[in-house]
Amino acid sequence: MKPEELIDEVRQSKLRGRGGAGFNCGQKWYFAYTARADEKFVICNADEGEPGTYKDRIIMENDPHVLIEGMTICATAIGARQGYIYLRGEYPQVVNILNTAIDQAKARGLLDDFDIEVRSGAGAYVCGEETALIESIEGKRGEPRYKPPYPPVEGLWNQPTIVNNVETFAAVPAIVKNGASWYASIGHPDYPGTKIVTLTGDVNNRTFFEVPTNTTIREIIYEFGGGIPAGKKFKAVQVGGTSGAFIPEENLDTPLAFDTMTAIGATLGSGAVLVLDESRNLIDVLTRISGFFQHESCGKCAPCREGTMRLYDLMLKVNNGTGKPQDIKIMQKLGNVMAISCLCGLGQAAPAPILSSLEHFPADFNVKLM
Amino acid sequence: MNNNINLTIDNIPVTVPKGSTILQAARQVGIKIPTLCYHPDQAVKANCRVCVCEVEGSRLLQAACSQPAMEGMVVKTRTPKVIEARKTILELILAHHPQDCLNCIRNGNCELQDLAAEYFIRDNPFELKRRGLPKDYSTPALFRDPDKCILCRRCIDTCSVTQSVNALGLQNRGFETMVVPSMGLDLIDSPCVMCGQCIHACPVGAIGEVEEIDKLLAALADPNKVVVTQIAPAVRVAIGEEIGMQTGELPMDVFVAGLRQLGFDYVLHTNFTADLTIMEEGNELLQRLNEGGTLPMFTSCSPGWINFCETYYPDLLDNLSTCKSPQQMFGALVKTYWAEKMNIAPENIYSVSIMPCVAKKYEASRPEMDDSGYRDVDLVLTTREIGRLFRMSGIDFTQLAGSDFDSWMGAYTGAGVIFGASGGVMEAALRTVYEVVTGETLQDVNFTVTRGIEGIKEAELDLAGTTVKIAIANGLSNARILMDQVRNGESPYHFIEIMACPGGCIGGGGQPITKANTKRVERIEKIYAEDEKMPLRKSHQNPEVKVLYDEFLHEPLGEKSHELLHTHYHAKNKKYL
Ligand SMILES: Cc1cc2nc3c(=O)[nH]c(=O)nc-3n(C[C@H](O)[C@H](O)[C@H](O)COP(=O)(O)O)c2cc1C
Ligand code: SF4
Ligand code: SF4
Ligand code: SF4
Ligand code: FES
Repeated sequence: MKPEELIDEVRQSKLRGRGGAGFNCGQKWYFAYTARADEKFVICNADEGEPGTYKDRIIMENDPHVLIEGMTICATAIGARQGYIYLRGEYPQVVNILNTAIDQAKARGLLDDFDIEVRSGAGAYVCGEETALIESIEGKRGEPRYKPPYPPVEGLWNQPTIVNNVETFAAVPAIVKNGASWYASIGHPDYPGTKIVTLTGDVNNRTFFEVPTNTTIREIIYEFGGGIPAGKKFKAVQVGGTSGAFIPEENLDTPLAFDTMTAIGATLGSGAVLVLDESRNLIDVLTRISGFFQHESCGKCAPCREGTMRLYDLMLKVNNGTGKPQDIKIMQKLGNVMAISCLCGLGQAAPAPILSSLEHFPADFNVKLM
Repeated sequence: MNNNINLTIDNIPVTVPKGSTILQAARQVGIKIPTLCYHPDQAVKANCRVCVCEVEGSRLLQAACSQPAMEGMVVKTRTPKVIEARKTILELILAHHPQDCLNCIRNGNCELQDLAAEYFIRDNPFELKRRGLPKDYSTPALFRDPDKCILCRRCIDTCSVTQSVNALGLQNRGFETMVVPSMGLDLIDSPCVMCGQCIHACPVGAIGEVEEIDKLLAALADPNKVVVTQIAPAVRVAIGEEIGMQTGELPMDVFVAGLRQLGFDYVLHTNFTADLTIMEEGNELLQRLNEGGTLPMFTSCSPGWINFCETYYPDLLDNLSTCKSPQQMFGALVKTYWAEKMNIAPENIYSVSIMPCVAKKYEASRPEMDDSGYRDVDLVLTTREIGRLFRMSGIDFTQLAGSDFDSWMGAYTGAGVIFGASGGVMEAALRTVYEVVTGETLQDVNFTVTRGIEGIKEAELDLAGTTVKIAIANGLSNARILMDQVRNGESPYHFIEIMACPGGCIGGGGQPITKANTKRVERIEKIYAEDEKMPLRKSHQNPEVKVLYDEFLHEPLGEKSHELLHTHYHAKNKKYL
């Protein structure tokens, strides 16, 4: 197939990014394809820094070739000769698997003039953000860039660059083989295909599975997850990783697709699902989460650098019983400002767990206040 | 193709060239958007987020400094959402800041203070936290107060991009992020060249000159001291900015009168030794040209540049003119020649220089700068410090009658005046060298190719049949380009003028806080306007310089000159380059 045809096929399939932002994959490739430049790059985002998420590792360990094939198709489509797999630092065992697979593919001439290099990440959560990842590959401090320009126009070394998640690339070969309409007919029409879900927390089957995207959260927890152990009741579920919103019982019938999740004020994110039963203290969980973000803020932009630190301080205060109603108001206002003002997704999403809990579980806070 | 973009900002239609940001578009129609990390002469950073605005169709607020204007865009800069975001961000920054305005070097001239006032920050909901980081007073030129740093990174940009010195960087992350001299060293142990350009870049009081006003006040109060001052050429054009006047507005004679009011016993001029520098340096160039000396020769009057050369190009020290800077020539002469002529005991002379520069503070403290038998220059005050003194003294300059410079080291020509701007030393040298070599009178003294803020300028000059190639660089990243050529044996030039600061001394690290290069350009214009008005415009015409040679030095590059006016350089051997 010609580049335009490849891109069109991927676009028609409505494949959307599996790394969190949910952007139409073919459309993104099209931007890079039309950008004029001597050099273009393909980067696979395998940073997978989200606690509780390991779907990318599962793919890479079990079928590294599908990823390499997806990247090679992308390279053919946009006209890139160099690719990188930016691999989470904590996955050293995967380096060999990937390198072996790359060598095998090269030995059979499958990569043509495309080459793929595996880069191990430096361990910072923010390096999963695509522009921070690019900075990191360039040897700089792993900090996000402002956007626009977006990577498909100006990415690695300021050249057009496609950054896609492992799961996104892995979906591509089947689309090219079976056709766009085949793919578009699977799962939820707005976010077709399947999604790998990693299930953790208070469920009987803490494992991973691949489900069509019209599967609801309830089905994930009660059918695939086998329900909540020890006869306890459901309290909340956090979808999408640490920065995901806490979702109450009444929203459990939402399908695990992008827009459906956004509609209930949550995010699909990486597809991590953390279930909390009635015995869990939400304030405790939120305090730990805000500690995580204060630690992982890169420090570049003021609202996140200062705001994550303040949210953590305020959560500590609430958690140790010295919080006042005023502190809740401050968190609310600060969280709302961070969500719309921070430079990158980390700071924008960092307050989501707190804000959603304040909305759905206000009682958990109130009992702690002075 | 249409290269214009139409948008509306607060319902006002704006048309801007493609590639403009919302901030640029807003300024075009007089809408003020607050900024902190934005600097008009630097790359966009978009890290402070106080410039956020609402853009129709976007859930997120957009940073006006980085968001390109797009066709049909509808921008709102003053909605409740925007104001709440800006206020909250300011509160966050302020709550992690000492809020020490009354004791702060930037009190009254601080971008953060201004915004705190404009956004009526009152009851900050966030608890005040201080980082408690120690101040760095390791250099005699500038200090750092990292507790006041708001992490805008403008200083890093200046130090690495404009100056290519790379002395400043980031350490740690999150709320523990700090701007630190390289490897977390003290500034003095970093490659910092003390140009002080980061002071101008800094929106707040996290970097400043080492203030020494108290030393002057003590000397003025001491009945045994004869306090003599020299004023550098770039000071006058800028000092007005410190006292509520326009750039270049304060006339020289009124400035002199003001200094007398402060209590200086004698007011002399660095322009005098600038003219003298031309006599020495011009002859040094001719000697090197005629006798096969090391070429290209580099000018040596910018102490930040000397530090840079000693730090990064120690292999090229022989290319530096051995001439001391005008400040140090002055210092060596005031306690010898002038003291003798005035019949004042040199040990009683307290020699103060008023400089546009903080590196001059360091230069004066170099141990080798004692050829008079004393410390040649006792105290260096910046334009800003003198501005403070003027404000403290409450002198009304509009009522003040002018006063002349004192004798024997106070006369100067237009050639001395233009030392204050990039290209000025070169032009002054050419005016003299041309006449010395050809024996002819210059028809037009204006070598305009040497002028302006452009980073690198070059020209050729026919000197009685010999073509002399010259180059001029201002800003150390431009100097680096010329130095690399020399190091690689590819430099076509015979004579290179370098000034560390963008635009030359008029943009020096001690000048009134300079927020944009446009201000530097304005000062440059005033310098050349002053030169234009001078009756004498060539250094060798300076009558007092003639007297100095007749009575004391006898000839350029003579024995006495070598003793007092020339110096040598040392490799700095910084550890972590
Ligand atoms: C703080 C942060 C961390 C991120 N971490 C990851 C990650 O580990 N893996 C990933 O694929 N995308 C991550 N992303 C999303 C990427 O920025 C980017 O949207 C994604 O790699 C694009 O690929 P996709 O279109 O295939 O989803 C992260 C974003 C943010 C803001
Ligand atoms: S939002 Fe946080 S992580 Fe993202 S750039 Fe700002 S400080 Fe860095
Ligand atoms: S830096 Fe500005 S806001 Fe901070 S103490 Fe100084 S004057 Fe006040
Ligand atoms: S020292 Fe000043 S210029 Fe540098 S980052 Fe801090 S506030 Fe900005
Ligand atoms: S001025 Fe725009 S983010 Fe700082």
